[in-house]
Amino acid sequence: MKNIRIIPRLDIKGPNLVKGIHLEGLRVLGPPEYFAEYYYEQGADELVYQDTVASLYGRNSLTDIITKTAKNIFIPLTVGGGIRSVEDIKNVLRAGADKVSINTAAINNPKLINKASKMFGSSTIVIAIEAIKSEKGDFLAYTDNGREYTGVNVLDWAIEAQDRGAGEIFLTSIDKEGTGQGYDEELLSLVTKKIEIPIIAHGGAGSLQHILNVAKNVNIDGISCASMLHYSLVKNIDISKIGKLEGNIEFLNSLKNQDNRKNFDLSEIKYFLKNNGINVRIDF
Amino acid sequence: MCVAIIDYKLGNLHSVKSACDYVKLPSVITDDPEVILKSKAVILPGVGAFKEGMKYLQNSKLDLTIKKFIKTKKPFLGICLGMQLLFDHSEEFGHHPGLGVIKGKIVKFDFNLDKNYNYPIPQIGWNKIYLENRKWKNTILEKNNNEDFMYFVHSYYAIPEDDCILSKTRYGGIEFCSSIQFENIFATQFHPEKSGKKGLNIYKYFKKICKL
Repeated sequence: MKNIRIIPRLDIKGPNLVKGIHLEGLRVLGPPEYFAEYYYEQGADELVYQDTVASLYGRNSLTDIITKTAKNIFIPLTVGGGIRSVEDIKNVLRAGADKVSINTAAINNPKLINKASKMFGSSTIVIAIEAIKSEKGDFLAYTDNGREYTGVNVLDWAIEAQDRGAGEIFLTSIDKEGTGQGYDEELLSLVTKKIEIPIIAHGGAGSLQHILNVAKNVNIDGISCASMLHYSLVKNIDISKIGKLEGNIEFLNSLKNQDNRKNFDLSEIKYFLKNNGINVRIDF
Repeated sequence: MCVAIIDYKLGNLHSVKSACDYVKLPSVITDDPEVILKSKAVILPGVGAFKEGMKYLQNSKLDLTIKKFIKTKKPFLGICLGMQLLFDHSEEFGHHPGLGVIKGKIVKFDFNLDKNYNYPIPQIGWNKIYLENRKWKNTILEKNNNEDFMYFVHSYYAIPEDDCILSKTRYGGIEFCSSIQFENIFATQFHPEKSGKKGLNIYKYFKKICKL
């Protein structure tokens, strides 16, 4: 069997890693490269940087963060958020990213997928899809962190993206994102059954069992999670160090003192999967 | 003179440079034949299509530079597409000649693409390298262990005719050649610069043989 990739996703705002519930109400956690390095050491198979406000600000701080990260971290790095053109892709790759993830621009201009995959190779182009289940029960694609309705059906869009040359699909369930209730297996099964390119599951991880369930029940290639990992890291780090670098100390401290939240180290996730018969990279 | 990372507009040049920097192997990204020929060693990276890669090498005459460099017997490292280009020809969308410094061909993963099979193409992700008949002592895998994980991104793989296989890797029921060493030529289908510490071992060994 193939090896399932475990992929921490780091949402970035300006110079900071941020985290929110349902992708709203962002909290500052600290410098992303600090977290990234920790995950690399812990056995992350890849990393995803998602720039949450790229459409509002200049890109300089993001490319700085990418460059700093790429110097010390030797696993693939995907960067997304506000990428609109071939020129944007070039800049992000040149800064040190290995892949780009595109959502809004691809939906607005699907030809960008053809153009970009031809220029940079399919494996460089990840299409991010944010899904919300409608009252009728079908899944619809959204943009802008689940705020903008596009009228596009998720499965149709995934197939089109694949046909246009996308190399992977990063599939987020907005309904589950940040809830800790588990992955949306219905959504993921629907798409994986019709799609041949690799699919990364995102949104909803709250326990080791959730991660095992999605790995067992759905034919996915990667599993991405954020909160679960970040909060665990925050418990193990010296906040005074991060504080100097612009973290929200009050919030970080509140997390540190919170014992009821279930958090896991990345290596813990991997051993749990391995012990339950899922192939993952362990010795690194 | 340091290591020349050949810039032919396709590929992860910066990742390769970062890995060199990390193991303190002095390197320069260049497409200047003079710089390449004078360097102590050469790295040919590459991501993307064989045909495009070869076309660029031919148009810029870098194909001749590479062949000339390899004849000097100085260390040469090919990565991913940079490995595939070393072979006689590829079957990627037709028949395309390569640099031909190693006998053999490049073929596409060919197995039942039924989703139940569980092996998407391209292979994107981590996979194990297995020892072939040859021991890894005094090779680029000297610091590595049998079954180490490496990071792969590819749809095609090499079938060498020359006896040069260092490691094999299994995917979709196929066992393919994932790295080679042939005289002064080293090459990997996987990306050592994206394979964490296990991958950096390869850069460390390459540094050792470059005597830099």
